[in-house]
Amino acid sequence: MTAKGQGRTAFAYLAPALLVLGGLLAYPIYQLVLISLYDYGQEQVSGGAPLEFLGLGNYRNLLGDRQFWGVLGQTVAFAAVCVVGTLLVGAFLAILATRVRTWVRMTLFLAALGAWSTPAVAGSTIWLFLFDANFGFVNEVLGIQGFSWTFDKWTAFGLVAAQVIWCSFPFVMVTLYAGIKAIPGEVLEAAALDGASAFRTAWSVMLPLLRPIILVVTIQSIIWDFKVFTQIYVMTNGGGIAGRNLVLNVYAYQQAFAASEYGLGAAIGVVMTVLLLGITMFYLRALRRSGEVL
Amino acid sequence: MRLKTFVAVLGVGAVVACAPVQSGPTSSGTDEKSGQLRVWLFDEVNRGPKEAVVKEAISEFQGKHSGVTVDVQYIQVSSRAERFKAAFSDPKSAPDVAEFGNTDLAGYVSAGGFAELDLGSWGEAKDLVPSILDTAKVDGKTYGVPWFVGVRALYYRTDVFAELGLKPPATLDEIATTARQIRQRKPELIGISAGGKYLFAALPFIWANGGDIAKQDGGKFTAAIDSAEARAGVAKYTELIKDDICPPAACAGNGGDASVEAFRAGKAAMTIGGDFNRKSVDASSAAGKYGVVPLPGKTAGSVAPAFAGGNLLGVMKGTQRKTLATEFTQLLASKKYQQKMYAAMGNLPTFTDVQKQVADSDKFLEPFTKTLQSGTKFVPVTPAWAKIEAQAVVPTMLQEVVTGAKNVDTATADAAKTMNAAFTS
Repeated sequence: MTAKGQGRTAFAYLAPALLVLGGLLAYPIYQLVLISLYDYGQEQVSGGAPLEFLGLGNYRNLLGDRQFWGVLGQTVAFAAVCVVGTLLVGAFLAILATRVRTWVRMTLFLAALGAWSTPAVAGSTIWLFLFDANFGFVNEVLGIQGFSWTFDKWTAFGLVAAQVIWCSFPFVMVTLYAGIKAIPGEVLEAAALDGASAFRTAWSVMLPLLRPIILVVTIQSIIWDFKVFTQIYVMTNGGGIAGRNLVLNVYAYQQAFAASEYGLGAAIGVVMTVLLLGITMFYLRALRRSGEVL
Repeated sequence: MRLKTFVAVLGVGAVVACAPVQSGPTSSGTDEKSGQLRVWLFDEVNRGPKEAVVKEAISEFQGKHSGVTVDVQYIQVSSRAERFKAAFSDPKSAPDVAEFGNTDLAGYVSAGGFAELDLGSWGEAKDLVPSILDTAKVDGKTYGVPWFVGVRALYYRTDVFAELGLKPPATLDEIATTARQIRQRKPELIGISAGGKYLFAALPFIWANGGDIAKQDGGKFTAAIDSAEARAGVAKYTELIKDDICPPAACAGNGGDASVEAFRAGKAAMTIGGDFNRKSVDASSAAGKYGVVPLPGKTAGSVAPAFAGGNLLGVMKGTQRKTLATEFTQLLASKKYQQKMYAAMGNLPTFTDVQKQVADSDKFLEPFTKTLQSGTKFVPVTPAWAKIEAQAVVPTMLQEVVTGAKNVDTATADAAKTMNAAFTS
């Protein structure tokens, strides 16, 4: 077969996947970018007003808005805390799971799966009940009835971060546990025979072997936590007192979608997509530079 | 090479290709006299009595028009924005007649959702209270019939006031002093339960001081929230959400419901509540030991202008049965059925004579009808208001003052800037 023929066959094999990707990914993104270039509100959607092409007008408005930058910074910091927290808790419990008896591990997994499968709205509401100022269980135990967790900016962010970590650590835990279990016993045995300490084994043997898995869960966590919506929206009642607990997704919803400014909303969506792609690329490149084969 | 051509073709295609979708003009032009009439009404916590009255109206209507059925769907107030947007974008899924809040009117009309109504041929229309009918108008054209109205007044605990030897505040400024006294002598109580998100409690303070949210000049709105009068009102209202009256940690995040809830729970000596809150307060620990007075104005004996909230019934622009839809709207909003709705749900009627009738028979309503008669005000009638509300501009402004993040001057100036951006967009 000629090189050209080979290429054609390869393309034919790839076509179905490309078609699905095109339909599910490329087309929505194309629409998103298109809408972001217009003044596209409810009046335009339902035909009550003519469309107006703005070019980069929506982006100019957005990038010129001081609040946008504040919210963006807040979102990055919030996501960073959540990612680090999720990874630490998940990794700690994964290691714990490899060291305990079966029934303890089963209990741990069941509890984690429960947290994982709780719908975000339900989970957030239950956490709110637990931390209610007057009737909450937590305040009763701590003896601080009347203390509002959601009033102060930082306690509110802390509470939401804890909830986000609670519902996303199980994924990290389960994945890492599977990864640890998949490390061949001989490798660890060899390390032990060479007289490596437990820490040394973990650092120089297990960690490199787990790196691809850690990479996947980190990227997943970054993307998830950057896009947090439900927890902030429910727990801080739409962005906190005077909007001081806003993150980018809630901000986009409030400023753009609830206000029927779909053009502006689409622009925020494009900016978020570009940012997330950027972060992921940066992370992948950093890893490649450190010698990881991807 | 091949790939490059492909990408290039795609790129050119994308640039040449269509703009975002728009649905076509929604007015259908047909006017059928039979078939199914679809109606959207708001669902309510205790819907039974409302449903019974509506059913009665339907059987009367169906009796008069053979071959016509009326199908009622009860929609959630919280998801109404999405439902109505979807209905405007897709006339096929839209109802013929709908109940909607009067603050949503301007946005719905500019989206091309509701048809203009000609009330001239309807005999009862002349008895509608003019300031309430105004809430159904955009640019002088009427798009709905006011179905009921809601106003707020000052609820206070008679037992607490008697125990402390206090009288209900006689002026707007006295509210803060009275509330402070109560909390000083009974620290477990909130002086007056006010909320940082409770727009309709804050507005009377602004209006009573001679300010307004915005002023209209030749069809164009400009923010007036940063005027000296409005600032005085904002300062007066936010003074209530301080540790010595209503601690910010408990009150700053509250809207109307949460503010009344504190009063219901017996934790507040006063609150600003509507005539529609009566049933829930009567079913709470404050039952039997509370009174209501009109929210006082700047001088003793005057009443602070209240916000004229309420719901309208309107005919959708895309309807294929405009005559039938208009007739059903007029039937459901008629004096007869407003009276029945008052009996069933306690909804305040929108006709002058019916209002007087119910007030005469029920002393509780007196402070509310008195408030209505001394003149009500409304939010700016422009589609931009829906945006300003969605962006929580005024609540954010109040909360910024309450938490000390900004002073009154800066917060109102910033809010005015955001509003003006919305007015001109």
